[in-house]
Amino acid sequence: MWSLTLQRFRKNKLALAGSAILALLVLLALLAPVLVAMDPLQQDVVQRLRPPSWSHWMGTDDLGRDVFSRVLFGTRISLVVGIVAVGLALLIGTSAGLVAGFYGGWVDTLFMRLIDVLLCFPAIFLILMVIAFLEPNILNVVVIIGLTSWMGLARLVRGECLSLRERDFMSAARALHLSTPRLLFVHLLPNVASPVLVAATLGVGGAILTESALSFLGLGVQPPTASWGNILAVGKDYIHIAWWLSLFPGLAILVTVLAFNLLGEGLRDVLDPRMD
Amino acid sequence: MPAYFAKRLLFLVPLLVGITLVTFGVMQLAPGKPTDMVTDMNVKASAEAKERLIKLYGLDKPWHVQYWDWLKRFARLDFGRSFRDDRPVLRKIGERLPATLLLNVSSLLLIFLIALPIGILSAVKQDSLWDKSLTVFVFIGFSVPTIWLALLAMITFGLKLGWLPISGLRSLTYDEMSLGAQCLDLARHLALPVLVSAFTGLAGLSRYVRNGLLEVIRQDYIRTARAKGLPENRVILKHALRNTLIPVVTLVGLLLPDLIGGSFIFETIFAYPGMGRLGFDAIMARDYPVIMGVGTIAALLTLVGNFLADVAYAYVDPRIRYQGK
Repeated sequence: MWSLTLQRFRKNKLALAGSAILALLVLLALLAPVLVAMDPLQQDVVQRLRPPSWSHWMGTDDLGRDVFSRVLFGTRISLVVGIVAVGLALLIGTSAGLVAGFYGGWVDTLFMRLIDVLLCFPAIFLILMVIAFLEPNILNVVVIIGLTSWMGLARLVRGECLSLRERDFMSAARALHLSTPRLLFVHLLPNVASPVLVAATLGVGGAILTESALSFLGLGVQPPTASWGNILAVGKDYIHIAWWLSLFPGLAILVTVLAFNLLGEGLRDVLDPRMD
Repeated sequence: MPAYFAKRLLFLVPLLVGITLVTFGVMQLAPGKPTDMVTDMNVKASAEAKERLIKLYGLDKPWHVQYWDWLKRFARLDFGRSFRDDRPVLRKIGERLPATLLLNVSSLLLIFLIALPIGILSAVKQDSLWDKSLTVFVFIGFSVPTIWLALLAMITFGLKLGWLPISGLRSLTYDEMSLGAQCLDLARHLALPVLVSAFTGLAGLSRYVRNGLLEVIRQDYIRTARAKGLPENRVILKHALRNTLIPVVTLVGLLLPDLIGGSFIFETIFAYPGMGRLGFDAIMARDYPVIMGVGTIAALLTLVGNFLADVAYAYVDPRIRYQGK
């Protein structure tokens, strides 16, 4: 079954393009300190707000820092925030969905009503509030994005569980008097893995967009640490004179998010043969 | 059927209580008191004055008492007064809400105007170059950071070309303009925010229309329509599209929270005088009554949007309408 999936994956252009870009990004993020000649935090006031040139490929910012170095180091922040936040959402969403779908009854009702409430909120309002009230830092950003993005996953898992619960293999497993954790994790979970994987991959792109918006508003990753969003914020301050501060970090976000979305859509085609 | 909707309406009440409770709970996370913002700014404010302020706003009471007080006032549609300028919260929101609705409704209309043809074209010419390029276009819209697109649009159309204003909703001379000029002025200010917002919101609807139409086209009654010799565009636009569009109505309900949520960031970038920016400023200033007000109204808009989508769904799909009878 796995070799078949792999075969389909290799033939899927979306999935291949997405994973190729992502592999490159991960490589860039890991090698960032080796690749850049300039420290992303090194200020040089004489060289401030210079347009792109051979020595500064993406120009310099208001403090004379090399924008290319900052964008490259920003890759680390975005990838880590996106993946960890979605990891957290996966953990909460899958557990909630499994429990609600497996037990049904009032447990199900409780979870679903809670999700209804949370989904009526514009998530960004909740996120802005929490971060502004606590402290804007990367940990808070990751946690709050994770805490506000598990609901869709939970609904998905629950829906799948409800239909799987009645299937023969589940009745057979129950007839064998297997323990509940075993029923949940060995028999149910693997069967909901595919759609969850697709949704999670698409979710990483969304989380990266949210982080960049927060950092842009000054509520995310704090300067001097470079994040794509906070470089864009400087870009807005110098919008009249320094277009390069706006162009490059945004392009980096676009490419990264696009890569995750391509991979997610590709995985959907690969894992769900019904679409053929 | 009316019973169903009555039930749905009734269900809004616990939802609303839940939502306000969550908002209120989150506000309790903040260390210190919101009055610190007022008193710390003003060196002349004595400890005594600070105490008075805390008493005045009821911040000395335990949080559940504060929430209950808020809920009681809310039931009378009294959202209290802003901590910052002491003006009634409802009036402050009332001034800003039309601008937000104008922005979001315009975006929604534009999304429909663009996404429908894209979806139809992609489905009719499945796997053609058209389909592929449109898919890429929509995909980019889905992946592009709004803040960045907004900045680029401001730089290109506002600063370099000088075609459109980059912020606000009205020119300074708005009051002296004729009605026609006023409309034009509004439209020019709306152009960039609406275009950016619509582009980033295209994906959901256009993909939905494309996939829905593809499914419908394979149905027997479409073959029948073709077999009796109807022209292809009539088959697609009249027979197939109608059935595809039914579930699309509910999609509007799902788009709404995204649009309203987007307003908080959008309006801040474009210095747009809407409710989103009011909410953002209130959060930054810890203006509790305004935060509660904006949060509640935003959630209420979402709920009403979903409810209307349900009603519309029942209206366009007779199968649902007659189910209750």
